[in-house]
Amino acid sequence: MSRTLLDKLWDAHEVRRDPDGTSLLWVDRHLVHEGSHHAFAKLAERGLDVAEPGLTFGVADHYAPTRRRDRIEDPAIAKMLERLETNTSRHGIRLFGLNDPRQGIVHVLGPEQGLTLPGLSINCGDSHTSTHGAFGALAFGIGATEVAHVLATQTVRAQKPKSMRILVKGALGAGVSAKDIALHWIAELGTSGATGHAVEYAGDAIEALSMEGRMTLCNLSIEGGARFGMVAPDDTTLAYVKGRPFAPKGAAWDRAVAAWRALPSDPDATFDKEVTIDAARIAPTVTWGTTPEQAAPITGTVPDPDALPGGKAEAARSALDYMGLTAGQPLQDVAIDQVFLGSCTNARIEDLRAAATILRGRRARVPGVVSPGSMLVRAAAEAEGLDRVFTEAGLEWVGAGCSMCVGMNGDIVAPGKRCASSTNRNFRGRQGKGARTHLMSPVMVAAAAVTGRLTDARELMEAKA
Amino acid sequence: MAGWSVHEGRAVALPRRDVDTDQIIPARFMSASRADGYGQYLFADLREGDDGFPLDRHRGASVLIAGANFGCGSSREAAVYALVDAGIRAVIAPSFADIFAGNAVNNGLLPAALPDAEALMDELGANAAEARIDLETATLTIAGQSHEFRLPDVWRHKLTNGWDDIDLTRAHLDEIAAFRDARHANAPWVWAEQDDEQATAG
Repeated sequence: MSRTLLDKLWDAHEVRRDPDGTSLLWVDRHLVHEGSHHAFAKLAERGLDVAEPGLTFGVADHYAPTRRRDRIEDPAIAKMLERLETNTSRHGIRLFGLNDPRQGIVHVLGPEQGLTLPGLSINCGDSHTSTHGAFGALAFGIGATEVAHVLATQTVRAQKPKSMRILVKGALGAGVSAKDIALHWIAELGTSGATGHAVEYAGDAIEALSMEGRMTLCNLSIEGGARFGMVAPDDTTLAYVKGRPFAPKGAAWDRAVAAWRALPSDPDATFDKEVTIDAARIAPTVTWGTTPEQAAPITGTVPDPDALPGGKAEAARSALDYMGLTAGQPLQDVAIDQVFLGSCTNARIEDLRAAATILRGRRARVPGVVSPGSMLVRAAAEAEGLDRVFTEAGLEWVGAGCSMCVGMNGDIVAPGKRCASSTNRNFRGRQGKGARTHLMSPVMVAAAAVTGRLTDARELMEAKA
Repeated sequence: MAGWSVHEGRAVALPRRDVDTDQIIPARFMSASRADGYGQYLFADLREGDDGFPLDRHRGASVLIAGANFGCGSSREAAVYALVDAGIRAVIAPSFADIFAGNAVNNGLLPAALPDAEALMDELGANAAEARIDLETATLTIAGQSHEFRLPDVWRHKLTNGWDDIDLTRAHLDEIAAFRDARHANAPWVWAEQDDEQATAG
């Protein structure tokens, strides 16, 4: 019987299945961070050890200060980082801690180190674990009770999701990126459009994406409700993985590649749900509301809630009130107060390069922060001189971490302030209490910085051409 | 964790869709210890400056009726802790985000998927009503009307028995060990150590 990538990954990790349909899945990689303290506490309550410390990796990211790491002033933040160090060292877990030169956001660091490989099952107590599916891995976010379960047993209990394929056909236009594909499909299908499903992205527009682009797309799957996002491994995947510190070498590499080549969905495999998108129809997209589905092409206007169907109208009215926007207002007229370029969604080297193409030789009209996804991305960017492009434009160049995407480390947007952001959630208060977030791609963030308003980056690209 | 099969309590409506985890508990409270209780942080920013917030107007309510896609967003189990610690035993909504629903069941909180929840929410308005929830029959009785909600067997069993998954799984340690050995033989690179401390970015 023909099988999908999801079927193959699920079968390869299923230890057993209960009569009620619950699968017990083996976990190849378990990634923990500061927020995993609840799970370690549960383990301690029961006096249990970590089953596979060698398959468990710790990363300091959610609370990582992006400045002055030698002196953490907030005792609550210092405590979170200390607890991670204590818990990982007590259980013999390798930690990429605050002062490790490889430190970074777990979903940037994992792939960068070759910890993320095709065919693996990967869990982490973070919803954006779907990112790792970009390699053809079975990767999904879990809660603290499940984290404790993985720590204790190296397995996770899960119901197999339904399968869904999003086919993106054709070629993306200039200035249009993986971020725009994601915001586009979520705007079309809604924030629960893929709930209960594992999304496999396919089609020539996906094959043409770099690994960074595929990671951005899989990362945002959860914003459309899908706990899993994935792309079949291909030559692009192998070229990225080869030579990474934790990737197999020599004969092991050859053996692994042979296994990975068998992972793609069979040509005649069928999906529970299928959606086709014409890549050429996707414009640079920005959010105007307080959920990722409240998004529109930058060339458009703030929608009129009265023109929206059913329950969406009231949600839109409430969102416009929070965002301080008026129906019918052109999106490009919306003035911003600041920008943020960072997060597990869009802070890899390619994202920084893309933003720099707009910012090079220009000044930002508003303040902003650039937080690379890892300290290695930071070092690579500095080797290329990208840091100077950002600082000469007037933006602040800081350390790596989740930073202003979630504000746990103290990097927040002030109440009422409007931020053009390369992050993943425009929820109320996400970037700080009362903060107003507009999600967009790195080039769009750069363009907004230059003009001080939401801007079609293509205009600035043309001006340079 | 104690199981339960019937709950009686007051229901209130939170007339919003897409109630995300950042609204249920803003991130700045998440470094708190669970032992201190998370109930005080529930909907902290939505409640502030809103004298008519449903859970403040009707103190002691234990059933929350809300719009579609409740619990979307992050995997933070703290969102469930905040609801549970504030005394909420069930959330009734047309649909739930997957990770939230799993976290809820793991903490004895019922995520009851009811297609008519938004109509019920509108009928209830700013009032509270006595509600009865029966897990065995998957019914919510409110204002004399019974509504059948969707409850997968696996969730019913967990909620009623108060099962702990770690205990259930540890009954299968032999199977897990055998699986591990096979995995190690077939995909040894899963355990591969890095061969040097070289650092690569990209």
